Amino acid sequence: MSAVGRASETRAGWAMSSPALAAILLFFVLPAIASLFLSFTDFDIYALADIGNLRFVGFQNYERLLENPLFWKAMTNTLLFVAIGTPFIVALSLFAAMLVNSRWLAWRPVWRVALFAPYVTTLVATAVVWRYLLHTRYGLLNYLLSFFGVPPIDWLGSPTASLPAILIFAGWKTFGYNMIIFLAALQTVPRELDEAARIDGAGWFMRLRHVTLPAIAPTVLLVSVLTVAGMFQLFAEPYVMTQGGPAQSTVTILYFMYEEGFKWWNLGSGAAVAFLLFLCILAVTLVQLRLAKRSGAI
Amino acid sequence: MQLTRRHMTGALAALPLAPLLGGCGARTSDMLTIWAMGNEAASLPALIKGIDWPAGAPPIAVQPLPWTAAHEKLLTGFAGGSLPSVGQVGNSWIAELAAIGAIQPVPAYAKRLLSDQFGAVVDTNRIAGKTWGVPWYVDTRLQFYRKDLFARAGYAAPPPEWTEWKAALHKVKQVAGDGNYALLYPLNEYEQLTTLALSAGARMLRDEGGRGAFSEPEFKAALAFYKSLFDDRLAPRLSMAQISNVWTEFGRGYFSVFLSGPWTIGDMKTRLGPERQDDWGTAANPGPGGNGSAAPGGSSLVVFAGSEHGKAAWDLVARLTTSGAQLALHEATGDLPARRSAWSAAGLMRDPAVAPFRAQLEHATALPKVPEWERIVTEMQIVAERMVRGQYSVDEAAKEIDARADRLLEKRRWMLEKGRTL
Repeated sequence: MSAVGRASETRAGWAMSSPALAAILLFFVLPAIASLFLSFTDFDIYALADIGNLRFVGFQNYERLLENPLFWKAMTNTLLFVAIGTPFIVALSLFAAMLVNSRWLAWRPVWRVALFAPYVTTLVATAVVWRYLLHTRYGLLNYLLSFFGVPPIDWLGSPTASLPAILIFAGWKTFGYNMIIFLAALQTVPRELDEAARIDGAGWFMRLRHVTLPAIAPTVLLVSVLTVAGMFQLFAEPYVMTQGGPAQSTVTILYFMYEEGFKWWNLGSGAAVAFLLFLCILAVTLVQLRLAKRSGAI
Repeated sequence: MQLTRRHMTGALAALPLAPLLGGCGARTSDMLTIWAMGNEAASLPALIKGIDWPAGAPPIAVQPLPWTAAHEKLLTGFAGGSLPSVGQVGNSWIAELAAIGAIQPVPAYAKRLLSDQFGAVVDTNRIAGKTWGVPWYVDTRLQFYRKDLFARAGYAAPPPEWTEWKAALHKVKQVAGDGNYALLYPLNEYEQLTTLALSAGARMLRDEGGRGAFSEPEFKAALAFYKSLFDDRLAPRLSMAQISNVWTEFGRGYFSVFLSGPWTIGDMKTRLGPERQDDWGTAANPGPGGNGSAAPGGSSLVVFAGSEHGKAAWDLVARLTTSGAQLALHEATGDLPARRSAWSAAGLMRDPAVAPFRAQLEHATALPKVPEWERIVTEMQIVAERMVRGQYSVDEAAKEIDARADRLLEKRRWMLEKGRTL
């Protein structure tokens, strides 16, 4: 191609992608930069009244956050959600995907819709239903546990049970989406490979480990990256179910940011929390990518 | 100009943005909009029909807000310039809204609206020499107690002086039997400790609200008394979430005294079993030297700073706060009238459950009026809970609350220094 042709192709490429780039710049990059700037100020209700009351405070917001025990509590809770929730949800959704993909299952489309339904229903409505399911005395969950001789658990009222309760709910709410992604990946795995392994005498678990999982490894990576980001940003579940309680046991980092920014109206400090959260997600995702590269998934 | 295909494409591409431009224009409205919350919002349309609104005046539109989101809605409404003309505002939010310039002070020609009111309530709304809202209905917190258990312990009512009150609680606990307590002071609520502090005469903030005064002897006395109630096992170390049903537990005698407001009267009548209806009563709070205090609560009506209907807005406030209108509000919602004359007109003093509220309102004290107050008091309670659970001594707790309050008030001190506060 001539130099002129190449230049005009480049121009066309820019022209084609510029509307999308402009939107990204306007609605994603600029606000992100603005909130980074905001995190170095003490924007609060006084500044809301008169911008002359705004002070540039450097890293003070960050320093104070690191001194704040509630921030660390929220961080620990969030990391627990990430560490326990991600494997739980990925395993659950992979299991569900394999179930609705298996040939022996009757009414497969119905199962797919039923398992995907929680993801598309409104969170607040489902949270209300789950609050009843988890109720200490009248809840279905404790009723079922009672058959196994388990005494009633105060799911949302005790600091130790509230975190697993939220996890169960969040897992139920989000696994459908991952299931669809896994399902798409599973359908690309050649059946011949599976059958060949079966003829060679491989059991269910061997085939899962040596045939299915390697074939869908990039998808497992994608799903776990998405789930980690989702778990880091867990907010609505504790907000609707427990309001961060009891004894601040379900305060997540995003819930902490919401209170800092919109309950107490310290937008500067809230923006600082948002940035620390961004750095956390970035760091964990980079680690995941490195692990994936080492194991040959990508 | 000739329309080319390029012009057409450009215009089509820009079409989705058109509504944005419409939003840029100044918002004008012929309606006089009022924001209100909860039960009050539900009864407002009927109340407004009864106020004889002049024919030429702008029509009134009521927009209800849920209580749980009202505070955020007011602040975001201010930030976005979308506040209406008139609003119902919790009395404890007045300082914040005045500080950011969201509301107008009561103008000179409407000053008469502030007569015939409870002093502490009007004082709550007075900042920098101006009054920023007209009290609409009032409430305060006092003791709800088990009459039968106090009678069996030898008391007609809870004594008004701290030492005797505590002695009475010991006897009530004995009467109530093993496993029961005398008092419910949930460790996640700050109203109990602030009521004790106000009763002890603590001011809680000093230097024009620039620093905490939690290490002063009055507050420390309240803090020590608070701690002793748990140390003597008169009150269980519980948060509200651990009490599944206050009415059932109160009826069973798990505790015989708790602190609450007038809304509990209705709950008592509907939720407490019929066999216990004669066994509950209300009494004013105790204090170290008799007759304690309380914080005045309730809501006021305010006119927002950007209101386009200045005079008509104040006219509406005036009509909604007359004695007659407050009586109608009381009948519709059970809210206690802000005007003293409405109390006598309604015969409220004849109701033995309501009468102590009048006595308590006359003995009320305004809480500190700084926008940071809610957050300070939340921190105060976090420290107080830890003190009760043994992490701090009284002196250490007082020092810790001061440290936390001072940190939260740092911006306010800077504002005071620059003369930028109200």
